[in-house]
Amino acid sequence: MTELLKISGLTKAYPGVVANDDVSFTVAEGEVHALLGENGAGKSTLVKMIYGLVKPDSGTMDLHAAPYTPSEPRAARASGVAMVFQHFSLFEALSVAENIALGMENPPKMHELSQRIRDVSETYGLPLDPDRLIGELSAGERQRVEIIRCLLQDPKLLIMDEPTSVLTPQEVDVLFETLRKLSAEGTAILYISHKLEEIRALCDAATILRLGKVVATCIPREQSAREMAEMMVGQALHTPKASGAEPGDTVLQVSNLSLPSATPFGTTLTDISLDLKRGEILGIGGVAGNGQDEFLNALSGETKTAPDAVQFEGQPIGNLGPNERREIGVLCAPEERLGHAAAPDMSLTENAVLTAVQRKELAQNSFVNWGKSRDYAKEIIKAFDVRTPGPGNAARSLSGGNLQKFVIGREVLQNPDVLVVNQPTWGVDAAAAADIRQALMDLAAKGAGVIVISQDLDELMEVADRFCALAGGRLSSSRPTQGLTVDEIGLMLGGAHDAEQEAAPEAEPTHAE
Amino acid sequence: MIRLEKRPSPSRAWTIATPLVAVALTMVAGSILFMILGKDPFAAIKTIFYDPLFHPDFAAFSRPQLLVKAGPLILIAIGLSMGFKAGIWNIGAEGQYIIGALAGAAVGLALYPAESFLIYPAMVIAGALGGWAWAMIPAILRTKFRTNEILVSLLLVYVAENILASAAVGWLRNPEGGGFPGSRNLSKWASSANPELISGTGMHWGVVAAFIAVILAYVVMSRHLLGFQIQLAGQAPRAARFAGVNPSRLVVLCLGISGMLAGMAGLFEVTGPAGQISIDFNSGYGFTAIIVAFLGRLNPIGILLAGLLMALTYIGGELAQFMLGLPAAAIQAFQGMLLFFLLGVDVLSNYRIRIGTGKAA
Repeated sequence: MTELLKISGLTKAYPGVVANDDVSFTVAEGEVHALLGENGAGKSTLVKMIYGLVKPDSGTMDLHAAPYTPSEPRAARASGVAMVFQHFSLFEALSVAENIALGMENPPKMHELSQRIRDVSETYGLPLDPDRLIGELSAGERQRVEIIRCLLQDPKLLIMDEPTSVLTPQEVDVLFETLRKLSAEGTAILYISHKLEEIRALCDAATILRLGKVVATCIPREQSAREMAEMMVGQALHTPKASGAEPGDTVLQVSNLSLPSATPFGTTLTDISLDLKRGEILGIGGVAGNGQDEFLNALSGETKTAPDAVQFEGQPIGNLGPNERREIGVLCAPEERLGHAAAPDMSLTENAVLTAVQRKELAQNSFVNWGKSRDYAKEIIKAFDVRTPGPGNAARSLSGGNLQKFVIGREVLQNPDVLVVNQPTWGVDAAAAADIRQALMDLAAKGAGVIVISQDLDELMEVADRFCALAGGRLSSSRPTQGLTVDEIGLMLGGAHDAEQEAAPEAEPTHAE
Repeated sequence: MIRLEKRPSPSRAWTIATPLVAVALTMVAGSILFMILGKDPFAAIKTIFYDPLFHPDFAAFSRPQLLVKAGPLILIAIGLSMGFKAGIWNIGAEGQYIIGALAGAAVGLALYPAESFLIYPAMVIAGALGGWAWAMIPAILRTKFRTNEILVSLLLVYVAENILASAAVGWLRNPEGGGFPGSRNLSKWASSANPELISGTGMHWGVVAAFIAVILAYVVMSRHLLGFQIQLAGQAPRAARFAGVNPSRLVVLCLGISGMLAGMAGLFEVTGPAGQISIDFNSGYGFTAIIVAFLGRLNPIGILLAGLLMALTYIGGELAQFMLGLPAAAIQAFQGMLLFFLLGVDVLSNYRIRIGTGKAA
């Protein structure tokens, strides 16, 4: 295979941190090349340099054996380099074709563009109607818009940043088919992910980064996922262990919870029921944006419901606010760390007060005891190995993983009876994720009921005792995770979704695509 | 190339230093302005900042004015700052100030000419309630109908001004005033007077109230859960909801407190320095207090200092007009510069400046 992109000695430093240190690797035409590493390993900086968003301090790049120095993304696109970002930049109120036209320098007439979108979507097996509004599309369909936007430029190298984090297993299969087809036509793909099984299934080669340096290269098919994970982390990985304790009495019960969506593009919750027992972890799978936030708000008390819809040990609590629920022992950790679970510009001490003021008695007569609060923040920092100079630092100065450890630690150390966490390890590196999962399992072992809402199915398989799927605002019935296959999970996710579309809950679950 | 780089945490040193830098820059830019106008810049700056306090001829008159002018500014700004911290924008303190003065004066005048030490406290309470009630209009409209409190509170200023005019020429007019607009002089009736408490200082009950408000606000904002919730709601509304803060309750509370303090400021003014309800009783304290609140970076101690500084530029500005013949517009431009530079250098507390070619340090 001919060499397409050659990176040699690329270095980029930011104040206080070397993001990339002498990074070299090559990508051949038609190769699917994985870029692996923990958060903060320098993957993003590296692809930003390739895409022209960041200028390297030193080192060279060659494309088609000619020097390649993109000064901006437009230059990169002109050279045949395209990128699909993890976070989409789409306008919800515009149609697919309009969104794609907005990103083009010389957009063709709208009907020509629509035709081209249809052609490309057919060729690559990515069904997409150019006239639909983005706001009506699922996350998987939105990603297709971004991919087709790239494909219209006929790229030689396609960079994909964590593309499967928002997809159901079936959607992942569709995506992989597309990528294999592209690869067969000679388009190289630089694929960033931390999902090792996917990389083993898809990629021809992998470059592993740690702390900005290339620490290993490998052929993913010839390695086990565990071996690759250990190369990423640089140490042997400990697997969280469940206690195997028998579940106790029902501690939290949700019955026939229905909530209309508060915003036009939010999700309406329909007829959700579940019960949670002491000592167990209930995993709720599903792609983000299918009602996860709304469901968490209903459990935390930020959205109030009919009193009986949520019950704690048989007592109706649906009409209680967040602090009243905390008082009886129902705690939550929302997905959005900065701005929801924590106030970005406040110190960790203040953020400890945010949810722990009652259970930890951090205030007397409504006057905050800052000394005691600081001690609690220090306790969290110590117990959960939060890397920060001290509790006086602002929440936004912490990395995502460290702040998440702080947020989870803040709730766990309050000894809740029920803890609900949404996406506990999203954007968190492997070592921190393992710590967080272990903390959740320990909490369940001590007799609390834990609900983990996550789109990382591997994570749910690892920690949860029972699994149910949330899709389109509906929750499937739960099944024990023991022995559940990925295909069955996919059907649960798809089934709930189809049922919502047909407005017939009993309908036979069908394949998502 | 100059670049701004976000600091991981706001710099404490710069947060304190920026107002001083802003004052210094204002002096420099103001000097240039005065020079272009053909005046001696040093004399002008001295006249504005130094003479009101230390000039052998004028200081005896102008020094007490400092507290007289700073008192209402501080009292109003303290109330506003709590709302501003929570992201609740009461722009209508001027209206609450007027209604407070009217309500308090009306209670006093209804009892004229009785003599009792209870009359003045009753008037203060009436003034506070008047300002509170006027602020409840935008509060209730916002919580019940999601109107914008900025617009509603601002427009209510003009309504209040018309009520003031109708009071001055109609229902509160002095029956013994020979038909001239304006109420009885409250400062000349012992039961309703707000006299200078210590001769030659300008200290009156309103200034005392302002100092008490500074202390209470400091305690509430730094130690009380309400202060924590106010800051949380302003910085991260979703996190505030998560922490159990009821946004509607906070709107009613913050607008209520700021309206109450503005109303009290109006009452102290009408019974003291102003003396009576007149058509042009309000002199813009309610609007200037917004500047004072920001100049003091919404911090009670900062507001205390900012109120004094603002009062000084007013008194000094008047003195400069009178002594050096500087146009009033130049003085206003000078005061505008102060706010401009303050907001401009504010960026330094959250960002650091990097000078270089884009190479990382």
